[in-house]
Amino acid sequence: MAKNHVTTTINGEPVEFLCETHETMLDVLRNDLGLTGSKEGCGSGDCGACSVMVDGRLACACLMLGAEAEGRSIETIEGMAAGEELHPLQKNFVKEAALQCGICTPGVLVAAKALLERNPDPTETEVRYWLAGNLCRCTGYDKIIRAVMDTAAEMRAN
Amino acid sequence: MKAAAFRYHRADSLAEAGEMLTSLDNARLLSGGQSLMAMMNLRYVIVDHLIDLNPVSELAGISHHDDHFQVGAMTRQRCFLDDDAVAAHSPIFREALGYVGHLQTRNRGTVGGSLAHMDPAAELLGLAALTDADITLSGPNGSRQVAIAEFPQAYMTPDIKVDEILTAVRFNRWPAGHGWDFREFAQRHGDFAVVGVGCLLTLDAAGAIDRAAVVLIGVADGPLRLPAVEAMLLGMLPNADLFRAAGEAARHPEITGDALVTADYRRQLAAVMVRRSLTNAHQRAVQAMNQEHHHV
Ligand SMILES: Cc1cc2nc3c(=O)[nH]c(=O)nc-3n(C[C@H](O)[C@H](O)[C@H](O)COP(=O)(O)OP(=O)(O)OC[C@H]3O[C@@H](n4cnc5c(N)ncnc54)[C@H](O)[C@@H]3O)c2cc1C
Ligand code: FES
Ligand code: FES
Repeated sequence: MAKNHVTTTINGEPVEFLCETHETMLDVLRNDLGLTGSKEGCGSGDCGACSVMVDGRLACACLMLGAEAEGRSIETIEGMAAGEELHPLQKNFVKEAALQCGICTPGVLVAAKALLERNPDPTETEVRYWLAGNLCRCTGYDKIIRAVMDTAAEMRAN
Repeated sequence: MKAAAFRYHRADSLAEAGEMLTSLDNARLLSGGQSLMAMMNLRYVIVDHLIDLNPVSELAGISHHDDHFQVGAMTRQRCFLDDDAVAAHSPIFREALGYVGHLQTRNRGTVGGSLAHMDPAAELLGLAALTDADITLSGPNGSRQVAIAEFPQAYMTPDIKVDEILTAVRFNRWPAGHGWDFREFAQRHGDFAVVGVGCLLTLDAAGAIDRAAVVLIGVADGPLRLPAVEAMLLGMLPNADLFRAAGEAARHPEITGDALVTADYRRQLAAVMVRRSLTNAHQRAVQAMNQEHHHV
């Protein structure tokens, strides 16, 4: 079957790719573009490990076709650090040990960054509600929430 | 698992999508993909052609009118949470949409997709039932309207023909100062509800209920309006006994069990939740009335 030719923007860079119609955005990122930061936990929208930004909105890359990226702007975990300089959220995740196996971490970070961009001063309840689409089977969430709250406080202070 | 191979077609207008749907065999419409893509990834659904409605901008948007508001099929579910006008005239929508999936799924999932998918626990179907909504479908011979009461045909089977596209839904507005409440019981946040309850009511000058609508979701094939409960509230001065009796009357015979919960458990939940929901809706109506007096 004919492949789709897609022109899109990924982490600010113009990107063109060819994909099979049935490939999800997540397949394209991981298998075709080598951006393996986004993870596949379920493929059904339940875990959030594949969370990316699509035109500035959080979405599950596993429930979107690669072909749907045409003309859109996609942001992934790979665009989060500025070169070697980690994003404040990433630093605080390390500091608080807010991860164990790490499979949920890229999705959680992308979701948390989206939250802080919209709401720099969230309550703990707001953080928990916002991150409800991201499952973590290791940490029990507490350290994740703490790392996000600390980052918010830090970013407000700067 | 991964989806089986299919052909992908981008529709740029409603007319184009309609033509594709009529001419292609075993074709499906793709809206937000938040149910369809998951079903395709699991190979519950295998299609030959997928028609992408996402580029069809004419199907997205909310328009407000005195007695109703009209929502295009491709309007994202998150729009109900963002739209202050809806929150002002129909606040139950914001409360109910907060229960729909997660941020990720509400950002992509659409109103039309939710109604067409017809999950028994879909909050939007419950809201449609509560507000006596009308659904507009477009087919090769023009468009037709279906009342929400006629829309569900069977489990996850709405009255949409294979060559029809759901284009819009018209939700009726309740008068300013109405009381409202939406609540759910689920095992985890974002899960489909074991039982969901929505209610709307208005009070007359003497404080008696002069209009009421109550709906259950997640308990039957489609949303379940409770006309018997509504009737027993009319003309009554609200008190705890009235709402307790209304809750008891919500143990509807059509409430069903499934692999995880029994019908009796759902009926028990319905009784408690309808009582609490009406109590809160009444309090909100009283508050609205007091505020109005304050302004005069
Ligand atoms: C983790 C998770 C949690 C969820 N939780 C909830 C929840 O709590 N409550 C809830 O209500 N939903 C929930 N959903 C489902 C979600 O709301 C979906 O968005 C919705 O069911 C389908 O809308 P969609 O736009 O994504 O449609 P799609 O998935 O694109 O399509 C769904 C079906 O409708 C058909 N269709 C789509 N658009 C049209 C149209 N315009 N005309 C005719 N047919 C059409 C498609 O062909 C397909 O059969 C959840 C989903 C996930 C992944
Ligand atoms: S892999 Fe996308 S939500 Fe789990
Ligand atoms: S760190 Fe293992 S799932 Fe979150």
